Amino acid sequence: MNTLDTLHSALGSLRANKLRSALTALGIIIGVAAVITMLAVGEGARERVSEQLKSLGSNLMLVLPGTITSSGVRLGSGSRNTLTQNDAAAIQEEVAGVLAAAPALRGSGQLVAGNLNWASQIYGITPEYMIARDWRILRGRGLDENDLRTAAKVALVGQTVADMLYGGSDPTGQTLRVKHVPFTIVGLLASKGQSFGGQDLDDVVLIPISTARGRILGQAQGRLQTVGQISVKMRDGADMQQAEEQVSALLRQRHRIQPGQDSDFFIRNLSEVVEAEQAASRTLSGLLAAVASVSLLVGGIGIMNIMLVSVTERTREIGIRLAVGARQRDILIQFLAEAVILSLFGALAGIALGVGGAHLLGHLADWNIIVQPLSIGLSVFFAAGIGIFFGWYPARKAARMSPMDALRYE
Amino acid sequence: MASPLIRVEDLGRDYRLGDVNVTALTGVSLEIQAGDFVSVMGPSGSGKSTFMNLIGCLDRATTGRYWLNGEDVTRLSPDQLAGLRNRHLGFVFQNFNLLPRATALENVELPMLYAGVPPAERHRRAREQLERVGLGERMAHYPRQLSGGQQQRVAVARALVNRPPMILADEPTGALDTRTSQELMALFQALNDSGITLVLVTHEHDIARYGKRILTFRDGRRVADQPVADRILAGTEPAAAP
Repeated sequence: MNTLDTLHSALGSLRANKLRSALTALGIIIGVAAVITMLAVGEGARERVSEQLKSLGSNLMLVLPGTITSSGVRLGSGSRNTLTQNDAAAIQEEVAGVLAAAPALRGSGQLVAGNLNWASQIYGITPEYMIARDWRILRGRGLDENDLRTAAKVALVGQTVADMLYGGSDPTGQTLRVKHVPFTIVGLLASKGQSFGGQDLDDVVLIPISTARGRILGQAQGRLQTVGQISVKMRDGADMQQAEEQVSALLRQRHRIQPGQDSDFFIRNLSEVVEAEQAASRTLSGLLAAVASVSLLVGGIGIMNIMLVSVTERTREIGIRLAVGARQRDILIQFLAEAVILSLFGALAGIALGVGGAHLLGHLADWNIIVQPLSIGLSVFFAAGIGIFFGWYPARKAARMSPMDALRYE
Repeated sequence: MASPLIRVEDLGRDYRLGDVNVTALTGVSLEIQAGDFVSVMGPSGSGKSTFMNLIGCLDRATTGRYWLNGEDVTRLSPDQLAGLRNRHLGFVFQNFNLLPRATALENVELPMLYAGVPPAERHRRAREQLERVGLGERMAHYPRQLSGGQQQRVAVARALVNRPPMILADEPTGALDTRTSQELMALFQALNDSGITLVLVTHEHDIARYGKRILTFRDGRRVADQPVADRILAGTEPAAAP
């Protein structure tokens, strides 16, 4: 029997029992629709989380100076000034995929404006810092190379500082005393909100690193140009693991650290947080898909059930076909074709329902929904697989009937 | 003489019903030559239908051997037997056994479907056979739209369509009235005259007499094998008058 005849015969049998065929396919329709909807919801959630993390600086790594070990007591990160501005420049130039390597000095101090004062974080920075830390200027201007070269007494203030000292009025152009040194505020930073740890990211003052180095943060260390940290921002899609290894290797070489010796710096990055978040949302999608797959499985069992009933009902037809010369394979393929057509039909209707349902859900619940072509392809593939898997046993049962017994069946 | 179309030696068939072994047929040896018209008679349970199923390759013998057209079929696989049924045998049953959801034409095409005949030729040959049995006008009808006699003619057309050398008919007149039965037997005699071997199972002596030879079974054994002395020839039946 050729393919066309098989198809024709299978469609004919399914049409003869329209309601039953439709109800059987319904199991698969619901299963496939559920899988597609759940995967779309899961993927949407994953992308949203991933976007949020990216805005928090997912491809940022922080290089911090090492520790002093004094009589076995390790004083912690930053207790030794091992990082220099040249290290930052070397990272920028020699590590592939670096968007910005920004050295910074960090400290805290009292700010005074008029009759108000406020303690805040003070960062001595270069213009790259704005890129590395995703700082945007809300009003005024940023710092430039000229400010850096002349060690200008100019400052950028965060939203919180502006609120505390200027009561929400425009701070640009105002004078701000940082540790008694008068600065001119040239720009107001756009608000960043809180960090993961609940720290207020807007409670900062940014000044040129050269200015900070002198008096403000008190680290006049001659020509060494030490820095408190280097923020390294990688380009999108860069391999953080690999970048971290390259930065580490470069600094060890620059600092002449022998193999086996501890590094005199630390590298931290957020990619572990990102990975954890993504793993969590992957687990969520997986869970949703697994739950949806159960309904697909139930649909498959429905197909098997109906095919078994159908084989029993059509025992005499099987007998007739065997009597006029059908081989076992002909009967097997005939019944398998019916099961596969049922499940493929269910898959197509399920895809339509699933895609429609996902968009409706996204619209109603205001969720991010992403229907991946892969999930549609997978559904069709699985549906065909279910048709074959659950159709196999009934079809084999049909094919193995004895022609005489089948003909006699009442 | 050429080898017989059918040769069986010590043919037997046992069934297991729970713990009991039932012997349906035992120790049957006989030959049927090509061109013969054999009526198989006997009461219910005599083994005549079992004999028919065995020579029709629908069932397997538990003992003995069977040669169809010189080929030992005793040890063939189910698919090989299907091939034999397809090419060498045509079946006509008491309850017609047509596919209810297929038209007369599609029913007649069925054996050719499994023989791999291309669609155009399938249609042509099915039409030809339906015309041969006098149903040229009813090809698109479904079995439920046809009378018993007409359904049995469709079955005969289906049996003939792969041009088998032999047709096996199991109580073909069992569900037909006398007049229709006579018409069917006339058709069988005409087919036999054209060279097709016929084996007919019946319990009616009047039907058996259309054949050339009568085998009688009782209790699973063949008890008689005689030529028909007073053969009825189609068109000469006393009751055939309208």
